[in-house]
Amino acid sequence: MAESTALNKKRSPFRIRVEPRLSEPPAWYPAAVTFAALIVALILGGVLISFAGGDPIRSYQHIAKASFGDIGVLSDTIVKATPIILAALACSVAFRMKLWNIGAEGQFIMGAFGASAIVLAPVLPAETPRIIFIPVMIIAGMAAGAVWGFIPGYLKAKFNVNEIISTLMLNYVAVAWMNFWIFGVWTEGGFQMSPKFPQTAWLPRLLEYAKTFPAFRGLTTHLGLVIGIVAAVILWFIIFRSRWGYEIRLIGDNPHAAQYAGINIKQNIIWVMMLSGALAGLGGMSEVSGVVHRLQTAPLAAGYGFTGIIVAWLAKLNPLVIIVASILFGALILAGREIQPSGVPKMIQGIILVCLIASDFMLRYRIVIDRGEE
Amino acid sequence: MDFTIILQAGIASGTVLLFATIGELFSERAGVLNLGVEGMMLVGAMSAFSTTIATGNPWLGVMTAMLFAGIISQIHAYIVITLQADQVVSGLSLTFLGTGISLVLGEGLSKAGTVSLLPNFSIPLLAQIPILGKIFFTDQSILVYVGYLLVPLAWFYINRTRPGLHLRAVGEYPSAADALGINVFRMRYFYVFVGGMLAGLAGATISLAVSPGWFSELTTGGQGWIAIGLVIFAQWDPIRAAVGAYAFGALRRLILDIQGPLLLLGFDNPFYYNPYLGFFLQMLPYLFTVVVLVIGSREAMRKRIGAPAALGNPYIRGERGK
Repeated sequence: MAESTALNKKRSPFRIRVEPRLSEPPAWYPAAVTFAALIVALILGGVLISFAGGDPIRSYQHIAKASFGDIGVLSDTIVKATPIILAALACSVAFRMKLWNIGAEGQFIMGAFGASAIVLAPVLPAETPRIIFIPVMIIAGMAAGAVWGFIPGYLKAKFNVNEIISTLMLNYVAVAWMNFWIFGVWTEGGFQMSPKFPQTAWLPRLLEYAKTFPAFRGLTTHLGLVIGIVAAVILWFIIFRSRWGYEIRLIGDNPHAAQYAGINIKQNIIWVMMLSGALAGLGGMSEVSGVVHRLQTAPLAAGYGFTGIIVAWLAKLNPLVIIVASILFGALILAGREIQPSGVPKMIQGIILVCLIASDFMLRYRIVIDRGEE
Repeated sequence: MDFTIILQAGIASGTVLLFATIGELFSERAGVLNLGVEGMMLVGAMSAFSTTIATGNPWLGVMTAMLFAGIISQIHAYIVITLQADQVVSGLSLTFLGTGISLVLGEGLSKAGTVSLLPNFSIPLLAQIPILGKIFFTDQSILVYVGYLLVPLAWFYINRTRPGLHLRAVGEYPSAADALGINVFRMRYFYVFVGGMLAGLAGATISLAVSPGWFSELTTGGQGWIAIGLVIFAQWDPIRAAVGAYAFGALRRLILDIQGPLLLLGFDNPFYYNPYLGFFLQMLPYLFTVVVLVIGSREAMRKRIGAPAALGNPYIRGERGK
């Protein structure tokens, strides 16, 4: 029967309809769609790489080997993932409320600046023991990031200023601000960086314990990873198990309902922006104290805040999934440094985000195939 | 410092913002917020420069830029119009994508040397007007004059023509427009394309006229985002958009030029003797954008002028409300 109708071509054998999903899809479904979107993105990326004269298979093989090949590069991958975890957490909490904080980059930089000021001003002398130094730097970094988040939050709550533009503009201001201090005040002999921090201001790294555990030799993974994981767990509890988290989610899903329920939206805008900024600032602190060990523009303003946006979206704003997604992106950034042409990692990030957003359609709609009979 | 020279150069660099702002304005008037302006501008700047190097013809460069940026914009259009995804995230991803593509395809272009640029000329009679003639009509790029024409044309098109009426209807009340037989989906695709082409033109204006060359992401340096801010300041009106764009262009020029002279208003120029103070000058356009947003938002609240009512919402046939 079906065959004859197909041959007749008067009526196609089946029809494809798209209709909204009325019920929740099964739990594995969103993960499968996200995974499929990632695969499609990598294929599209490969096509574009070959257009630009590269070899996609070699590029991807290189990414895999240069980021997960052995324990040493895996450690480097985790080091790259650490700032992304914190930046993505920062984005996720704001996005959860449909508050588009695109300024994690600037808040990250201000966090690095705030933490560095403790060392360079100097607020604490170089001989201060690490156990005091690090917590003070953490507080300073988070405070500086929170201030940078407060400004757009306040403007949004008070004057209804579009937070996308204001947070983005503040990114550029933050870079200029950091440059001023690096070039004008804390420059080391006229170079474009501050003096190196004393070791007491460094986050502990695995390689320091190589004497006790020989396997740790040369591993640069630092305490920032633990900070990031702890922050992710705390944030998970705030979002899914606390009253405040419930308010944030409700405002994001249905601001009108939230308003009728008596939730103070304006106050929440300011608090969430400050929390978001503080998390990004913590990321900046971790990077400057764990990896760079000095205030320097290029390694700090390296786009972690923007990668955080993609990672947050990839993880569907779930703080725990962010950890895994960040490691993927850490790998991409680490391996991407040697890939030619040099814009490839950035382009792949863009393609991944495009595919992820397009794939959301599959979560909201389902495709129904009708057989010919009616 | 000769202020007429600064303003003259300011008009030229303001033309970049003008094209991008008017383009975004068209897209938003149709109800589609496109945060991909920065990415589309980069794609435009890169493809204009690259095509001009390859062919030696800047006009081909301009056309490629507009076409390529227009095509890129259709990715956003498809995702938000057909797939009905969130416009904010999709626009962001377009910026990432555009930046990435232009970096990959623009690899090595920064060392490619000089290209033949678009012609500069003066308008015979108008250039004789004292001061204004020098600022507006003397030795400007042809694209600057295109900008002068675009502003009244865009205003007239939106406010006084039938397609313009349809455009506004699609952005304000798409279901009513649909009931009148206007194809909401096609209109939105079209105006996103227009926005993309103008963003591409803005990019080409940078790389072929205002500050020729390809400097990777620094080519645009956030001007796409400033343009989006300007649309809000302009309250979706092309004439206000022009005022904002030229004012910003002049500000950018002033910041560059203020660091040069030894004396400033008769005093030792602090920016000359302490070059690192220049970083505070660099902040100004961005801080100014925030200030402009505050002013625009307050005024909009007071006058109850809003964004196009359907801005940011996908149109779904048969759904109640918007």
